[in-house]
Amino acid sequence: MTDAVIQPTPASATPEGGHLLEVRDLHVEFRTHEGVAKVINGVSYHLDAGETLAVLGESGSGKSVTAQAIMGILDSPPAHIRSGQILYQGRDLLTQSEEQRRQVRGKEIAMIFQDALSALNPVFPVGWQIGETLRTREGMSRADARRRAIELMDLVKIPAAERRIGDYPHQFSGGMRQRVMIAMALALNPKVLIADEPTTALDVTVQAQIMDLLADLRQELGMAMILITHDLGVVAGVADRIAVMYAGRIVEHADVRSLYRAPAHPYTKGLLESIPRLDVKGQELATIKGLPPNLMRIPSGCPFHPRCPYVQQVCVDVVPHSLVLGDGRTSECHFAQEVLDDSAR
Amino acid sequence: MTAPASPTKVRGETILSVDNVMKHFPITQGVLFKKHVGAVKAVDGVSFELRRGETLGIVGESGCGKSTLARMLMRLETPTSGTATLEGQDLFKASGSELRRLRRNMQMVMQDPYTSLNPRMTVGDIIGEPFEIHSDAAPKGSRRKRVQELLDLVGLNPEHINRYPHQFSGGQRQRIGIARALALHPEIIVCDEPVSALDVSIQAQVINLLEQLQDELGLSYIFIAHDLSVVRHIADRVAVMYLGKIVEIGTEDEIYERATHPYTQALLSAVPVPDPEVRHERNIIRLTGDVPSPADPPSGCRFRTRCWKAQDICAREEPLTVSRAADPHPSACHFAELRPTVA
Repeated sequence: MTDAVIQPTPASATPEGGHLLEVRDLHVEFRTHEGVAKVINGVSYHLDAGETLAVLGESGSGKSVTAQAIMGILDSPPAHIRSGQILYQGRDLLTQSEEQRRQVRGKEIAMIFQDALSALNPVFPVGWQIGETLRTREGMSRADARRRAIELMDLVKIPAAERRIGDYPHQFSGGMRQRVMIAMALALNPKVLIADEPTTALDVTVQAQIMDLLADLRQELGMAMILITHDLGVVAGVADRIAVMYAGRIVEHADVRSLYRAPAHPYTKGLLESIPRLDVKGQELATIKGLPPNLMRIPSGCPFHPRCPYVQQVCVDVVPHSLVLGDGRTSECHFAQEVLDDSAR
Repeated sequence: MTAPASPTKVRGETILSVDNVMKHFPITQGVLFKKHVGAVKAVDGVSFELRRGETLGIVGESGCGKSTLARMLMRLETPTSGTATLEGQDLFKASGSELRRLRRNMQMVMQDPYTSLNPRMTVGDIIGEPFEIHSDAAPKGSRRKRVQELLDLVGLNPEHINRYPHQFSGGQRQRIGIARALALHPEIIVCDEPVSALDVSIQAQVINLLEQLQDELGLSYIFIAHDLSVVRHIADRVAVMYLGKIVEIGTEDEIYERATHPYTQALLSAVPVPDPEVRHERNIIRLTGDVPSPADPPSGCRFRTRCWKAQDICAREEPLTVSRAADPHPSACHFAELRPTVA
């Protein structure tokens, strides 16, 4: 079976001026027996060819759920996509059949996960797992798939690939397992790579190796990347643009330099001030008071208002729109300009 | 240093002294007649001193032995050899009532606030459990009040004494773990990765709480973490571990500004700094390869297989953790030297 047999929609490449990947006003909820959790509440972002977008957020902010919706790997039930569009090269993935989505998955958009040990199958050799997509999707013979798997392992710089191709996941270190997973994701030459916390489980020296590898590969293969993380340090090193998520919304969106220089949303500002820094010996850390909201009972108005130092009555009553601040920056805050002015000082 | 808290408790005096502690886990073969075929040298000769009122940070990558060290200090793991002197007694030789008394002085905060609290016990029972064993610490009638005081101390609502752990968030659960550790008025608290399971915005709250409690109660912390930025923030002195050994130890300034061991330098340079402006200015050392197996560590210097300075002497001779000419703090490298702008 070749991919030519099933073409999603004929002859519609990326429309002029369109983005490679675009999420439009996505709403996702989880319907559980305890109630409905509103996990994604109107997320929009886009990705152009060759760039890196970082999606930053704490646990429960919806950063991974958005990615899973793009990949079409949400568990539903309980997940339910209420509305929105996910456009890949101008076509809405959400209206496509499962078979059409399967063609996009892996070949156009691939994903790597945080925990390589549980993402890999413990009872098959790594070479077999890397070659699996090649055999089933590309119809390669075992010998060809094996040869290509060795190439891919070389590409992700696993030493002695030919000798290690028959080894099992448990025989690899954490960093090497992550490389195996990256090799699997690259097998079908995707145009977009979604990396969900790719280095969170790794030690700093290994984390630096993996982030370097991802940056090199992106350049070498011309991929676009969505990097999902909670680590402000990692983002600063690799991303072009950054989208900050809170309670299922993108509260701030800017290019990386402007955002770190002067955040325009109180949540981002609070986050940047609350992390201890290696290069600065700090005094007492600033904190964001309170806790992230329960997604079954999201506060009225701006979801950040109970924790926000800028809070006014309007924040309790009115959900803020996305305010455009110039340079294509946006902030979902009624007082975005004031926050920006305060940060810039 | 500031004025002593009481005549007998001088801030800055040595409160715990650990000398050449080792933990070798045997590797066995066979089912019925287990044959020792080797040992995982998780901790292989670690010595340090903890002073009253200070925070000693212990950093290192996974598998370097930092958590095993903490577990040995709590006597959750029996050391293969070595001594740890607390109140003039060897912690590792103590048993029975003596051990119970020593343990009272040293408590632990665990990493994962989700698994370290019993889900079937109320918060009051969890924090009050130490009083079951040390019944003289709080007489029966006053326990509930004491637990409420502890809840208040760590910033939780004392009225929540009858709630269960699942009713609290991760950060609040870590506060419960801290309250439990404080119940017996210990002088030393061993914190094993106390904030690494928490979200960024919650981390700062818990770090501030730990610092505030230290000031109020004069606690000494052994603070184990892999996050070098957090350790820099909280620690007075820092020990860097690699494959079961301390490779460098010194004040926060000596380690972060004047590190002389190549491993410390590489570790520091690999930490991502949350500032896109400095990323190109930083002089990053890229270590190749992985940490070798502690069952079969390299001869001589254990870091030599990943070190760019390694020479013949490094394979032959194990460098001692002693003061080096480059900077007068202990560093285990034959070629210890300063390196400009590491952090």
